[in-house]
Amino acid sequence: MTDPAPIVSVKNLVKAFGKFHAVDRISFEVFPGEIFGFLGANGAGKTTAIKMLTGLWKPTSGEATVAGYDIYKEAESIKRDIGYMSQKFSLYSDLSVVENIRLFGGIYGLGKEEIKMKSDDLLKRLNLEKEAGSLISSLPLGWKQKLAFSVAMLHDPKIIFLDEPTGGVDPITRRQFWDMIYEAADRGKTIFVTTHYMDEAEYCDRISMMVSGKIAALGTPGALKKGFKARDMDEVFVGIAREGKSLAE
Amino acid sequence: MKRFLAFVRKEFYHILRDHRTLLILVGMPVVQILLFGYAITNEISNAPIAILDHSNDEITALIKKKILTSDYFVLSSNLSAENEIEDIFKDGITKMAVVFEPNFSETLEKTNNAQIQFIADASDPNTANTLVNYAQAIVADFMSRRVNGGMPYMIEIRSRMVYNPELKGVYYFVPGTIVILLMLVSAMMTSISIAREKEIGTMEVLLASPMNPSGIILAKVIPYLLLSFVVSGIILTLGKFVFGVPIIGSLPLLLGVTILFIILALTLGILISTVVDTQQAALLISLMGLMLPTILLSGFIFPVENMPRILQVLANLVPARWFIIVLKAIMLKGASIGIIWKEIVILCLFIMVFTGASIKKFKVRLE
Amino acid sequence: MRTIRFLIQKEFLQIFRNKSILPIIIVAPVIQLLVLAYAADFEIRNLKIYWNDQDQSTASSRLRDKISSSEYFSLTDVSFEYIDLNEELDKGKTDLILNVPIGFERDYLTSEKSEIQLLVNAIDGIKAGLGSFYLSQVARDFSLEVGGELMAKMPLKKIDLQVIETTYSFWFNPFLNYKTYMVPGILVILVTMIGAFISSMNIVREKELGTIEQLNVTPLKKYQFILGKMIPLWIIGLFEFSLGLLVAKLVFNIPIVGSLLLLYGFTAVYLVMVVGIGMFISTVTETQQQAMFISWFFLVIFILMGGLFTPIENMPPWAQKITLINPVRYFIEVIRLVMLKGSGLQDIGRQIIVVVFYAIIINSLAVWRYRKTT
Repeated sequence: MTDPAPIVSVKNLVKAFGKFHAVDRISFEVFPGEIFGFLGANGAGKTTAIKMLTGLWKPTSGEATVAGYDIYKEAESIKRDIGYMSQKFSLYSDLSVVENIRLFGGIYGLGKEEIKMKSDDLLKRLNLEKEAGSLISSLPLGWKQKLAFSVAMLHDPKIIFLDEPTGGVDPITRRQFWDMIYEAADRGKTIFVTTHYMDEAEYCDRISMMVSGKIAALGTPGALKKGFKARDMDEVFVGIAREGKSLAE
Repeated sequence: MKRFLAFVRKEFYHILRDHRTLLILVGMPVVQILLFGYAITNEISNAPIAILDHSNDEITALIKKKILTSDYFVLSSNLSAENEIEDIFKDGITKMAVVFEPNFSETLEKTNNAQIQFIADASDPNTANTLVNYAQAIVADFMSRRVNGGMPYMIEIRSRMVYNPELKGVYYFVPGTIVILLMLVSAMMTSISIAREKEIGTMEVLLASPMNPSGIILAKVIPYLLLSFVVSGIILTLGKFVFGVPIIGSLPLLLGVTILFIILALTLGILISTVVDTQQAALLISLMGLMLPTILLSGFIFPVENMPRILQVLANLVPARWFIIVLKAIMLKGASIGIIWKEIVILCLFIMVFTGASIKKFKVRLE
Repeated sequence: MRTIRFLIQKEFLQIFRNKSILPIIIVAPVIQLLVLAYAADFEIRNLKIYWNDQDQSTASSRLRDKISSSEYFSLTDVSFEYIDLNEELDKGKTDLILNVPIGFERDYLTSEKSEIQLLVNAIDGIKAGLGSFYLSQVARDFSLEVGGELMAKMPLKKIDLQVIETTYSFWFNPFLNYKTYMVPGILVILVTMIGAFISSMNIVREKELGTIEQLNVTPLKKYQFILGKMIPLWIIGLFEFSLGLLVAKLVFNIPIVGSLLLLYGFTAVYLVMVVGIGMFISTVTETQQQAMFISWFFLVIFILMGGLFTPIENMPPWAQKITLINPVRYFIEVIRLVMLKGSGLQDIGRQIIVVVFYAIIINSLAVWRYRKTT
């Protein structure tokens, strides 16, 4: 891979809530087409970081650009190029599958024909044709998550932010979900995904481990395993945790 | 017991942390009492009237002076023709027009009979009626004073305004405000707070704990009981020290029935929370099923005696109605328990019915 | 514009699927209007009088007939011996107790004046004041009538009695129908309450459920978002108003003298303001419970100070000044003026200007407070 310009670039980004630094001077870069994993325990600052990059929260300090736009000044321009699937399930549960697709298609300014085409295509791929008219609230969680992901990609964004997309779903659905992520990456999308499942880290091109607001380690899964002399990512995480502890002492 | 206290503490934190709601809960009674005490009155004073005087003579001048120097009326304009009356009513400021017939004094001297016409804007019928009555009384008084040595054969009425000699409106509103606030805090907040635990799923966690369900509910309502008590205290204190609303009867009795009513409202809140699943539903049921009947049918603002039969019957089913009777009796009439025992029994019956219904509902749910 | 259409469609779908909102929109106003119109009755009539007549004379029974024929009073209790008046009043069964002492008629005939005692339950000060006023009028009429007869019989005492006759007429509502006055006002309260409650809980609900984040990461413009929320609520408000107007016309037969167009025009502007207030509350609160409490707080003040139950002119001057910032006041004024008196555009110009002004201010505030980024 020739080293292209990074599509996400973050330098010393901080989000403080009073004295508490939820995100503490993190820096990293994400390149086009990459699946970039953000790992860490609950409360490590993953969601906070994602909310800053998607323009939902204002950073306290630091710099960052997403899709070439500055997150302070050009937050609204960023929004056209990103898709986002939040940790809280965020489609409208009192609207049907098709109604949700139509709404978000409409918000992103897609034409009537385009929405129709995309929604047919999407339903076919997810095998949801029969459920097109059902309310979201009646679908099982796994289907909802897949649907939410597809809706987040409806407008062909360059980068997709997924915040704990597989939380609470069964292993088979998780597997299927990652297949969808790969498919999207194959089509040239950049995927920015957070998770606290260590096994999922193996599926990423590169990962960064977050511990209490800081990036404790960053690299490809292989390199990390090597560095920590670990057999799998679980051991890497334990290694990092131990290091963090000794650092604190 | 220790576990129970821990639960109570948790509930207190929930309530005390939400500053905005707390501020409103304390601010609401204060603002309401101040408004009722200072601003809201049905007493008519300085009603703007227009005068159309076709004669402009000595006697009409005297009558006009007498009308306008009373506290009830002020002059908004002098008219010169009948057709101006309708126009002047249309901007909604002038409430009544007084019309003197032509050659007023002359007619009066010759025929012993002259006419004044009062035309009132009756789009507000109460005000219109009262204004006409006041104006007639002023003219009648004028008339009898013109008789030398005063009118013979008069009946003098010695009236005594009992319980509220200065006819202050706030006397009437203090008990009502207490009731509304207690309903709001005890019934509405409780039902919403329990519904919230159900909605976000923490209720199941609590029920799975070694605490028994009645303990959990009790722990939930105790902070609201205290809060309600504080709110009633604020209203009573304000009423007494700012507006001089007396508490003639026994204070312990008053506080006792207040606690009784708070318990009633809490059981009502619990009952509502057993039938709903979401905060929104709890809120809407409380609003439509509790607040409106309490405001409308309790006799708080509108006298129940004036209502159609069916509403009067319905009003008996509103617990607040009985509590308001008790409050007024103790505070303003100094009634002892011997006089109000019936109402107290009714309140207790309500509590029993609501508690019974909640327990039944609750059991059905668990099975 | 196209984007907004999608948002509007979404709001309507959600509202029609919400089982707790729908009945509130359709059933509640009708019930509220029906119950409130009958319950909200301040008319003073049928005051309960306890007639305690110790004199039992011709004069006293004539006075009694006079009182019981008045529409303001009804005799509920009668007794002819000595009673403890205070104790009777304490029982709370009567509003007034009238005691005619022994010797009433004798005094009246001999000394030309006599005295009766009246005890009034004055907890409700207004009712008490008017009650004793009406009773004094009855007594005055009695004096004029009986006194006149007596004087006619005694030519020696003949006095040249000049009578100033007063006549009266009630315009716009000749039968003093209280509902004609109250129903339009209640309609205002209804539209205001439902509009403010539903709209104040709307954005907060999306905050609580988390769906608002999904909207905030889209390129949706602030004004599009707010308009997408406001237009459906505004339409519901107009629907609410029409429903209420229909009930007012069909059930209560309230006249609509003025222009319906003018009425709707004002309502349209007013609703923009009400929905704006709701939106603003929605942007400054975190939970539906908070939103509800804040709207409740302001609504109570607006309604109490709006001149629905107690005319604004009766308030002390400082309170009247406060009502100038109360939007509810203006709508109540306008609806009564237009519906009952047929006032035209020039009569309600002041109210229109004020409401337009508020609508602009509050909606700017709402747009300003709504943050896509926090």
